[in-house]
Amino acid sequence: MNKCPQYIVDYMHEYLDGDIQREQELELKNHLQSCTDCQQHMHELSDSIAFIKSATHISAPPNLEIGVMARLPKPKQHVGIQKWLRRHPFIVAAATFIILMSGSLLTGYNDDQQFSVTKQPNLVVDGQTVIVPEGETVTGDIVVRNGDIRVEGEVDGNITVINGEYMASTSVVTGQVEEIDKAFEWLWYEIKSAFKDLEKMFESDETK
Amino acid sequence: MDALINKRIKQVLKGDQSAFSDIVSHYQHSLYQVCYRMLGNRQEAEDIAQEAFVRAYMNLHTFDQKRKFSTWLYRIATNLCIDRLRKKKPDYYLDAEVAGTEGLNMYSQIAADEPLPEAELEKMELQERIQYEISRLPEKYRVVVVLKYIEELSLQEISEVLDMPLGTVKTRLHRGREALRKQLNSL
Repeated sequence: MNKCPQYIVDYMHEYLDGDIQREQELELKNHLQSCTDCQQHMHELSDSIAFIKSATHISAPPNLEIGVMARLPKPKQHVGIQKWLRRHPFIVAAATFIILMSGSLLTGYNDDQQFSVTKQPNLVVDGQTVIVPEGETVTGDIVVRNGDIRVEGEVDGNITVINGEYMASTSVVTGQVEEIDKAFEWLWYEIKSAFKDLEKMFESDETK
Repeated sequence: MDALINKRIKQVLKGDQSAFSDIVSHYQHSLYQVCYRMLGNRQEAEDIAQEAFVRAYMNLHTFDQKRKFSTWLYRIATNLCIDRLRKKKPDYYLDAEVAGTEGLNMYSQIAADEPLPEAELEKMELQERIQYEISRLPEKYRVVVVLKYIEELSLQEISEVLDMPLGTVKTRLHRGREALRKQLNSL
């Protein structure tokens, strides 16, 4: 076998890999017919392959998949939130609407933090307190924001106090007295007055 | 099949971790088999196969979906096996010799009280011998021989798995066959 050229062995491997040239395959076959050593070599190579290929197929242990899933890192929290948001588009839309709506209403509440009072001719303003003096009669409604009102005279109309206190001793008020302290009540008042304004608008339209 | 796997990969990338279990169940046997043939030990093979899947999960965003997923998985697994073999060099021959239980599954081990028929014994001995001979191959030939004759990959695929030129794969396969021939003849 030593006398045989190395390329014959190379041809054997090329043949086994299935990428041998046609002429070289013929040359190999001719050589193998005349050389028993190389024939033996070729047989041994084929036998080695057959030997390895006779290995039985091996299956993974039954709990491999469970093991893998248990070893995976926990998915990140934001992924879960994103997934939830994607699955509930309606809730997301509703929540967004509520947030925006309450935002615009509450900014209105925060903007109105300074003291103000409806202008009426005979009212006296003392700091944050509005006084209806004794013996005077105020005709019309009074709205006080962020301040108190003390009525000593007479009021011919409604009194509304927002974020303040209504103080009266021997007064005469010929309308409703309303005190609004909390944000919710204020909100309710806003909504009510918006409707009242609308009503007034329609009424004035009709009278025209 | 590739289309389904690519769909699952996309789901996993979007954050649906459970979609990964389909990927695992589809490739677990071939991946475990490579690991077992490379390492010659069931516990280690299971550990490395699981590790390969976990690595694949963690690096899934780097996988190019125009390529074959199995090739990518094989690459991760064979790299892990070779790393493990290099770390465990001193006692690795001991490991190879005790690894004689392939061909037997969990159930046949439970039923080991019953005497095995003669044919079964012979079959087991052959399988034991095959794994022993694979384990005696140097690791750079072993991986090529296992991918070619156990997993039946094409030479082109093997060159992609191992990230080496086709010529190198052929040379290693030739040398691997010669080494195997000598091993089998020496007895």
